[in-house]
Amino acid sequence: MEVTIATGRQRGVRLIGAAQRSAASAPSAASAPPQLALSLALPDGSSLVPVVRIGEYVRLGQVVAWSPDCEGTPLHASVSGQVSAIELRDAIGMSARMPAIVIDNDGRDERDPGLIPVADYTLRSAEELLARIEAGGIVGLGGAAFPTHLKLAPTPSTPVETLVINGVECEPGIQCDDMLMRYRAESMLFGAQVMLHIVGAGRCVIAIEADKPEAIAATRTAVKAAGDARLSVAIVPTYYPAGGERQLIEFLFGTQVPAGGLPRDVGVVCQNVGTAAAIATLIRTGEPLVSRLVTVTGLGVAFPRTLEVRLGTPLSHLIEECGGYTPDITRLIAGGMMMGVALPHDALAVAKTTHCVIAATAADLVPRGPAMPCIRCGDCAEACPSHLLPQELYRHAVEEDDAGLARFGITDCIECGCCDAVCPSQLPLVSVFGAARRQLQVNTVTTERRDLARQRFNAHTQRLAVEQAERQRRLKERRPAGRKDE
Amino acid sequence: MLLVLAMLVPAAAADVFWFGPGLPIQIVIASLSALLAESVMLALRREPLQPSLGDGSALVTAALLAFALPPLAPWWVAACGSAFAIVFAKHLFGGLGRNLFNPAMAGFALLLLTFPAEMSRWSMPIVVASHHLGFTDTLTTIFTGVPPVAWDAISSATPLDAVHSGLKTGATLQEVLARTSTAHSASIWSSLGILLGGLGLLGLRIIRWPSPVSMLAAVVVSAGLLNAIDPGTYPGVLFHLTSGATLLGAFFIACDPVTTAASHRGRLWFGAGVGLLTVVIRSWTAYPDGIAFAVLIMNLFVPLIDRLTVPRIYGHAR
Ligand code: SF4
Ligand code: SF4
Repeated sequence: MEVTIATGRQRGVRLIGAAQRSAASAPSAASAPPQLALSLALPDGSSLVPVVRIGEYVRLGQVVAWSPDCEGTPLHASVSGQVSAIELRDAIGMSARMPAIVIDNDGRDERDPGLIPVADYTLRSAEELLARIEAGGIVGLGGAAFPTHLKLAPTPSTPVETLVINGVECEPGIQCDDMLMRYRAESMLFGAQVMLHIVGAGRCVIAIEADKPEAIAATRTAVKAAGDARLSVAIVPTYYPAGGERQLIEFLFGTQVPAGGLPRDVGVVCQNVGTAAAIATLIRTGEPLVSRLVTVTGLGVAFPRTLEVRLGTPLSHLIEECGGYTPDITRLIAGGMMMGVALPHDALAVAKTTHCVIAATAADLVPRGPAMPCIRCGDCAEACPSHLLPQELYRHAVEEDDAGLARFGITDCIECGCCDAVCPSQLPLVSVFGAARRQLQVNTVTTERRDLARQRFNAHTQRLAVEQAERQRRLKERRPAGRKDE
Repeated sequence: MLLVLAMLVPAAAADVFWFGPGLPIQIVIASLSALLAESVMLALRREPLQPSLGDGSALVTAALLAFALPPLAPWWVAACGSAFAIVFAKHLFGGLGRNLFNPAMAGFALLLLTFPAEMSRWSMPIVVASHHLGFTDTLTTIFTGVPPVAWDAISSATPLDAVHSGLKTGATLQEVLARTSTAHSASIWSSLGILLGGLGLLGLRIIRWPSPVSMLAAVVVSAGLLNAIDPGTYPGVLFHLTSGATLLGAFFIACDPVTTAASHRGRLWFGAGVGLLTVVIRSWTAYPDGIAFAVLIMNLFVPLIDRLTVPRIYGHAR
């Protein structure tokens, strides 16, 4: 794999030969494994609460866990069968083991009778549809897994003018969005129309990368067939991270989302194409989110392809579906080449966030030499989509200078890894920044706690002093009074 | 780094054609001295010799310094300058990437201040020299410090020197320029070589456009302005661009990533400062060429420039 700095107006990198393309056939459904493990982990490290007991029989689409504090959306059984265990298991992207519901698949795919489609969504209120979307367990399928109903929820102060359907793969090599647009464009557009109805936006832009001609053609045909003047297609140049929400908005509309703000603040809501299709399925069939597209790629797997996979499917089963490993597999990665995480083993299960699995060989990976001193070449700054100066951040991170880190905007780093990928001195920039950010958070929290403690202590001392003074005053008052009495 | 050296080849070829084999010999001397100094400093700092020795940065410093030396300067001039550049300008500031001053220019400035006589004995272009020094003669001259014929027969002023001292004697600029025209055509050829190499560096994206463009623009504007005000005293834009180390400075020295500003905007300011100072030094000080001092002065301003030109972070107000 080779990396170059993106030229032109966009900040980022181009990756040449990033993982190998998965086969260009329609995504087929992976077989359901005999046993699945539905991880209850949420992206923020908390977890859902199971609502089924061990030994209970669950049907396809039945809620098995939910979030009492509404941090996450409910999780549904992706097969029918018996709950054989609820136990701690390794989860993708989590450092600690997280609870998971293990279901023994009975192979019958018996549907939960409670799943009912919505007949005519245009007659339903936004609130009602949002409640359906929440109950359907639908989250952003681009990788962040943010609950979709929250992102679509109306905010009167910031009306939404444009809905962006993001068909730009979040990282090179991933093909879920491409495949979805090629073969399910109609369904995606239906989902987009439902969302337009909910947010009340006047137009919808479907953003597709320039190097995906089939997806562009299929989407254009579907737009024509839909005959909806609100829908349009926008072509986005191929570079990383064009698929980042903020980068995409900057490219499409020339405006930047304010720091600490949301796309809504500039009148935009972004949704992934997969999310749109999932909403279409939910409205048309009543079926909640129980499966998703996963790209399996890399030279370390025999037949790379994109598959429709049930949530909870073990990665080992997925690899089997793709013909198994090749002998020179060196690393298993969840996510893309840029931001993916290396996995300890393949007994982990597909979750709502799993869009890609790379079985990488040495040829897939960017060879990394020993780190050399920073020569201040500025390549990193040229590639940084957040317009930061990574070389300065690095210097301050090494010196553990929190004030310097804050001044150069460490909190605006999106940890995309562009700087890292282009650095001629092979400095481990992004991992240093990640660590520095977390450390800074810890330090801020500690400082806050210390300040709070000091405040409390001061207040306490002050209160004591006031009480003391009060007591003495009263004492004084009483004494003359007493004397008078005498 | 090695590509930077490769991009110096056209200019070196032009130099050898006009002034004989002095330059390659100086490059070799400077390189050996630089590598030795680098090894000694790495050993003293208890750092491994590799990969620092092999990264080519010391060689680039040495080659750039050699370009700035008179081709027949005694060997110890190149050796001292190169060693000073590596020891003082580079390692005492913390080694590669931490140096404040451009090492080659720091070495050159030291030589200019300590060995003014040796540093001003520039070779006469071969075509006009009455005596032609071959390879062995050149080698002996460099190593013994004594040329086979009188210095006067083989050395002459550079065009910048000629203008600088000629104007003092009361000659008009046009007379001086006419007298130094052969030397100037030699320097035009070297400049073309540098330009070729510089465009190569830009094309290969080894250097970025802001510093050279803003530096050359500053030279053009300031020299053009002076020339327009008083054409009898101040030479024209083309003369400034093609004489001395203007182009070498623009493409190979002002672009040194370590000692220039961090952002594009900062680099524009840095380059503009170098260009302006170069013309100022050439016009009004005791030094005929000003690139080295201009670069060193601007190096001092880099931390300030960096502070004032932090790019606007995505999503933050201007
Ligand atoms: S790319 Fe690497 S070497 Fe270049 S300035 Fe950035 S951190 Fe330094
Ligand atoms: S990881 Fe952070 S600093 Fe590096 S390019 Fe991405 S946003 Fe910029």
